[in-house]
Amino acid sequence: MQESTRPADDVGIVESKTAHFDESLALASGNQLHGFDIVYETYGELNADRSNAILICHALSGNHHVAGYHTAEDKKPGWWDNAIGPNKAIDTNRFFVVSPNNIGGCSGSTGPLTTNSETGKPYGPDFPLVTVKDWVKTQAMLADHLGIDVWAVVIGGSLGGMQCLEWSIAYPNRLKHTFVIAAAPKLSTQNIAFNEVARQAIRSDQNFNEGHYYENNNKPELGLMLARMLGHITYLSDNALDEKFGRSLRDGKIKFGYDAEFQIESYLRYQGRSFVERFDANSYLLLTKVLDYFDPASEAEGSLSKAMSPATAEFLVISFSSDWRFSPERSQEIVSALLDANKCVSYIEIQSKQGHDSFLMPIPRYHQVMRTALDRIAEGLNIT
Amino acid sequence: MNLRTDQALIAEWIKPGSRVLDLGCGDGTLMAYLQEHKNVNGYGLEIDEENIVQCIHRGVDVIQTDLDKGLSEFKKDTFDYVIMTQTLQAIYYPDKLLQEMTRVGHEAIVTFPNMGHWRNRLQIAFAGHMPKSKTLPYEWYNTPNIHLCTLTDFEALCTSKNIEILERATVDHEHQSSIGMNLFPNLLGEIAIYRFRQND
Repeated sequence: MQESTRPADDVGIVESKTAHFDESLALASGNQLHGFDIVYETYGELNADRSNAILICHALSGNHHVAGYHTAEDKKPGWWDNAIGPNKAIDTNRFFVVSPNNIGGCSGSTGPLTTNSETGKPYGPDFPLVTVKDWVKTQAMLADHLGIDVWAVVIGGSLGGMQCLEWSIAYPNRLKHTFVIAAAPKLSTQNIAFNEVARQAIRSDQNFNEGHYYENNNKPELGLMLARMLGHITYLSDNALDEKFGRSLRDGKIKFGYDAEFQIESYLRYQGRSFVERFDANSYLLLTKVLDYFDPASEAEGSLSKAMSPATAEFLVISFSSDWRFSPERSQEIVSALLDANKCVSYIEIQSKQGHDSFLMPIPRYHQVMRTALDRIAEGLNIT
Repeated sequence: MNLRTDQALIAEWIKPGSRVLDLGCGDGTLMAYLQEHKNVNGYGLEIDEENIVQCIHRGVDVIQTDLDKGLSEFKKDTFDYVIMTQTLQAIYYPDKLLQEMTRVGHEAIVTFPNMGHWRNRLQIAFAGHMPKSKTLPYEWYNTPNIHLCTLTDFEALCTSKNIEILERATVDHEHQSSIGMNLFPNLLGEIAIYRFRQND
């Protein structure tokens, strides 16, 4: 892709940066991480009074590469490029957008793939389990590193939305607004059940070797592929799958065998295989645990409203009608708690077809809502 | 900001610094006005997406809500006032919602088109068709106004539910008031405005 052919609302070629932290990080699990790296990207310019910064928190399989391209040859931009750029819903002409990769991931921040200085080998399965709380703590350290005292907005979808909730509880004075998108205040039993099937798929792969699969380079590809295939089904709606593939057959007729016959079968296999190329199984296991553990109400006598009581940010909660992984009812739980705690909150359920993945889609009403809210926020903060 | 006269009357009735819930808040005009001029805080409830966007644009906290599902999100006496303008007639169970309003708010305020207005009476009596007017512009088959009533009907419902009416006003479709309207509100008033509360 040539620079000149790129649309004007594109952030263009972007470079990832790395922030290194020497200090020990006390994790919620009681373990310590002795120094760590966070890779991140930024788009737009931080203004003189440092008031225009937006933090983007990524979801399970996301990373720091949110918008733009790394090289002119890249076929695909960052995962939320449709929302972030000059004059887009999250307008980089006005806002300074920061997107870190969370620790425990496999996109460059310290995680299972990182070499453990004590052993000289990758951490692998010995990388300590982390929580949303730990992530938010490291994001706050990154904010310090970048000289950002207060975020204008913290934005996140799905697991990213959980980070928004944690930010508003843990650092109430460090964010003015937050957009909590397609999120839930904790996983349901069914959500945890799906995660467990995904984990067992990976852990029972004969190449898994208790997570020590780096040395012989025999990765648990089949297990990770199965985990992703399962996850992928839950991210899409019944209708979306039906519309996209229906019962159409690859070769036009049934062949009475176990090869991929239906289009949906080959699609899922393709999704699984391409995921294996870019994702580490130990990271995937860890990330599903981060999801399972998140439950701020559990630390406030089971009351989400009590858990949210420290928050001072203004909330915009967005759900999607076809999302059954984190359904609109889950967002409404968050809204109810915020209403009960007398917080500033707005809520909208966007009509969509694409299930949980709707939060990644350029649905006009969805982007209009974010754009309108950000216009208002820019006005309030005197950002031009 | 241009308020309709029924909204302007409500704005006069509301004490500064109050906590307000506006049911069917539309584009947020009234809440934005109350926030700016009366220093109130609170939320608007609205079902229409375009209206919700307008509320966000105006800086009004808005929760997408189907009023027919009630106000169970809110605890007793959370608000000083619960307001509902020109929406009561489109609700499935107006009697239940009125009681919900008085549960959640110390006081409630509603406005609705008065079916007892003389023009409506004449249309049924002499033209023999369902009334149409500037405040009731729909045909019978496509109207969202499924529970129209008169001032007399409304007040009878309040009596039966032990709801105390604190204040009443009527205006015409240009939202003006007149001496005649004060004398014969159910005949001359096109839009009714009530402030009320639940008696124990």
